[in-house]
Amino acid sequence: MINRIVVGAHYGLKDWLVQRVTAIVMALYSVFLIAILWVVKPSDFEAWRAVFALGTVKFATFLFALSLFYHAWIGVRDIWMDYVQPVGIRLTLHVLTLLALIGYSGWAAAILWRL
Amino acid sequence: MTDASTRKRPRNLDLPSLIFYKLPLPGKLSILHRVSGLGLFLLLGPLLWLFQLSVTSPEAFATFQELASCWVVKVVFAGLIWAFAHHFCAGIRFLLMDAHIGVELEATRRSTLAVFAVSILATIALIWGILL
Repeated sequence: MINRIVVGAHYGLKDWLVQRVTAIVMALYSVFLIAILWVVKPSDFEAWRAVFALGTVKFATFLFALSLFYHAWIGVRDIWMDYVQPVGIRLTLHVLTLLALIGYSGWAAAILWRL
Repeated sequence: MTDASTRKRPRNLDLPSLIFYKLPLPGKLSILHRVSGLGLFLLLGPLLWLFQLSVTSPEAFATFQELASCWVVKVVFAGLIWAFAHHFCAGIRFLLMDAHIGVELEATRRSTLAVFAVSILATIALIWGILL
């Protein structure tokens, strides 16, 4: 029996939910993209680029990217919290992780909307 | 008396003792979920860069193809394909367990074997189809 005293409002519940919702978005996108590539079978640059330049694919890919980055933030933050005990190193890793993921979000948007 | 029911739970293991602690198979699945997730995260930057190369211009696409045909890149990609397949399958197992599906001891053991079987077969199929 685990005796837990839960304090504060919605403590960790939002993260738990976001982790699962983003996982479902990514799983659906992965199946959807593999199906598209299976059907289209892009053989050269133009065909490959055209797949992602298509409005719906571009939109879905961007949602996938954002889901991935939010999902990665929760997961990687938990890994640092569990295994990295010195506060200074942990804080540094948290900040670097967050900055990388925010940067990737902008980068992903730039790549997709230049198509 | 310290049988399984009176031992203090949950046990927290630090990283050094984790390496020597003999985990049951569902525990291995779980820690590999973390390992694969961290691996995928660490290679997000290079992957985004490769994706950018592949869709930007015919010249960049040629560079992408050249990089992708290098064996070091292929080995890393093979690892990433496994990480993705494992993280995907183990993740679906965790989602089902959140929905109270297959939470009995026997069911969790069977689903663990299913995750390893499906993810390894998917890894082989994807490596065969994409890399070779």
